Order: sequence, then structure tokens, then C-alpha cells
Amino acid sequence: MKKVVAGADAAVHDIPSGAILMLGGFGLCGIPENCIAALVRKGVNNLTCISNNAGVDGFGIGLLLKQKQVKKMISSYVGENAEFERQLLSGELEVDLVPQGTLATRCMAAGYGMPAVFLLAGVGTEVADGKETREFNGKTYLLEHAFDADYAIVKAWKGDTMGNLIFKDTARNFNPLMAMAGKITIAEVEELVQPGQLDPNHIHVPGVYVHRIFQGTDYEKRIEQRTVRKRD
Amino acid sequence: MGLNKEQIAKRIAMELRDGFYVNLGIGIPTLVANYIPDGVNVVLQSENGLLGMGPFPFEGEEDPDLINAGKQTITTLPGSAFFDSAMSFGMIRAGKVDLTVLGAMEVAENGDIANWKIPKKMVKGMGGAMDLVAAAKNIIVAMQHTNPKGESKLLPRCSLPLTGVGCVKKIVSDLGVFDVTSDGFVCIEYAPGVTIDEIIAKTAGRLTISPSVKEMAV
Repeated sequence: MKKVVAGADAAVHDIPSGAILMLGGFGLCGIPENCIAALVRKGVNNLTCISNNAGVDGFGIGLLLKQKQVKKMISSYVGENAEFERQLLSGELEVDLVPQGTLATRCMAAGYGMPAVFLLAGVGTEVADGKETREFNGKTYLLEHAFDADYAIVKAWKGDTMGNLIFKDTARNFNPLMAMAGKITIAEVEELVQPGQLDPNHIHVPGVYVHRIFQGTDYEKRIEQRTVRKRD
Repeated sequence: MGLNKEQIAKRIAMELRDGFYVNLGIGIPTLVANYIPDGVNVVLQSENGLLGMGPFPFEGEEDPDLINAGKQTITTLPGSAFFDSAMSFGMIRAGKVDLTVLGAMEVAENGDIANWKIPKKMVKGMGGAMDLVAAAKNIIVAMQHTNPKGESKLLPRCSLPLTGVGCVKKIVSDLGVFDVTSDGFVCIEYAPGVTIDEIIAKTAGRLTISPSVKEMAV
């Protein structure tokens, strides 16, 4: 079992142009900074990115957008990014807006081997357009399909060489769901340890889901909205 | 005259009950956390994966791994719990969250809500709003009664793309408190300094004034 790779460039070495990627994170919290930088260096394009947000100008997925490497974003919220807006309005970029819970659950379904789920979000709105519906207990639900991603790229707090992952605080967000959903899952971690050093009770994603793992470097962890209170 | 944003938040806080799990949206709803009545313990849910959201951190103690759904740095409280995004919306969908407070661009007299998109302008996305309004047991909208052009936001039918259908139970606007019923909007309280005539003039949807209408205590 050899899951450990040398670094981000090795982890993404075979990702081709046109690939469908899942990228973990909520806003800029818990994003795979090292792999995004490697994808920018690699220069692959025509990517479809499934990610709750599209980064900001100059950081996160914003770096891929700036280099015009993204063909389509599948996200729930894409504000805070002027370059995204420019590409969308000029027709260079496609966007599929998905309710946040539906986005999460379509990732979850993939990781649990379920082809589709019935969800209430978006019934009676344009999100329901063209979707199959079914009634349960007098309520109408939408049939939502599991995502089918070529690669899932996630960021964890700690991981071991067998691919077991632990996330920290709200940097967990979409990361475990996407880790479980990729045909190939790449995990970058802040701290990579040997088997036995993580308590099996604390594992959020078991290593069976993870194919490649490495310890990332130079995390910037940019804060989008720095809010503080004064000491009394 | 009418309520300012802080007063709207304060009035909504009076709807909180001890033991509630509450999701507060971005904007005025966030301010509700500042006015939780004494003796009422609520647990705030942040849909990016936290129950038990605490106040903003002290300067220098911000943690980039700990944010709320508005991407603001926050803290935890004793008894907080983290979870992933699927579980977060799972607990919302399963009706475990007692109250959702959010803003709106328009609310219709049947409880439809529009708050995510203005066609031909930039579309930022719905985030978690559609999931929340589809599932929450109780939804209170916090908003201005009229838009910047002075047009009513309480309408017979929403003109903007919908976020959810038939889901809003109550509105607290700068002018008053309104239940959303099968008979349309019912004004149950008016803001200090606001007349019933003004409320009638600024409400485009079907409106009834409750026989027991009273001045709001804020």
C-alpha cells in the first residue's frame, strides 16, 4: 500500500484537461491550497470544478479562474470574485448553481454508493426545472443525482500514511464528503503521521477512500471576513 | 419612522424560546444573537458545520479554520459540536432546527419567498437558503417593508425567482410584525410612530389588521 506521494505536483500529475474535480472547502476555509497551486503550475484547462464556492480574486479557485483553467463551476455561492463575474457575463464560464445542502448530499450519495436521492430543496423554484419528482407523504421531492467526479481534492488537518483523515473545526465542511466521493481522492494534510499515531476513534474518513496523501506546506489560510470583539 | 435594523433584530429575539436550535442568516438576522433574552438558552447553528456558535474572537485570537456561514471568524462555546456539510443540512432537513431567521427581497401573501436572484444582474447563488426554507419548521423573515424605490416587498405574488414556496410564517419589518396565514398577511403589531394607514399603504399583498393589534414593545 503506497498512498504517500512526494507533494502536490506528484499528487495531481495525471489530472488531464477536461477532468471533473471536486475541491473541498467552504469559502477559503479548509481549501486544498497546495493542490490548487500545483494545478495552476500544471496548466490543465477545461476543468469542471465541483466546489461550494469559487474562491476570491487571487486566492483559492480564483487562481484557476484567473488562468482561465475552469470551464464550468458547480457551486452554491459564487460571490466575492470579480474575475468569475466577468467570465460568466462574457460567456467564457458556465455555472451550475446548486443549493448548498443538495450539493453536500450529492457528494455524500457518491461516497455511500447511492446513485440518487430525493430532496425537498428547490421544489417550486427554477432549481426544479427538468428534474424528476416524486411524492412522499403528500410532499413533492426532487430526484438529485450523485456527483460523478474523476478526482476529489481535499484538505485535512491530520492524516496517516494509510490515508486516514481527521479534520479541524469548520474546515471539515465538504472535505470528508468529497474525500469519499472521488474515483481518485487526493488528500493534503497539515500533519502526516505513521499508522498508530492517530486514535482510530477520532478518524473522520477511513483510508479506504483515500488514494494519495501528502503533507502540505506553507499554508496561508487566508481569512475572508476578519471579525473580532474588543476586550472589556 | 419605523424600526432600525437593531430593533428588528431585538423584536425577533423575543420569538426565541428556551432550548431552541436556531439558524440565523446573514445581515439583520445575525444581529438577533445580540438580543437573546435573559434566561433563554438557544443553540446557534451555522450551516457550514457548527452547533453552538459563540461570539467573535478577541483580536489576535482569530482562527482561519473557525468561521460561520457568512465567512466571519467566530468562536465555539462549551458544548459546541462540529460536523460536515451533509450532516448540517441533514439536521435541517430532518426538522431538528427549530427556527430559521433570514432576509428576503420579496415575500408573497401565501408565504413564498424570493431572496437569491435578480435576473440580468449578477447572480451569486442561493447558498443554503433553499435548503433552509424548504425544511425549517418555523421561518421568520427580517426585512425592510419596502425596497429602495419605495415599493412594497409584501406582495400578492413574488416577481423575482423563488427561493421556496409557502414557507414563511412570520415577517418582522421596520413597520410591524405580520403573521403569514391562509388569509394572507395579518398585522399583529405596529412599530412605534407607525400608523396602520401607513402599513396598509405600503403593503401590496392581501392584508388584515388583527383585532388585537398593538404597538410593538421594543
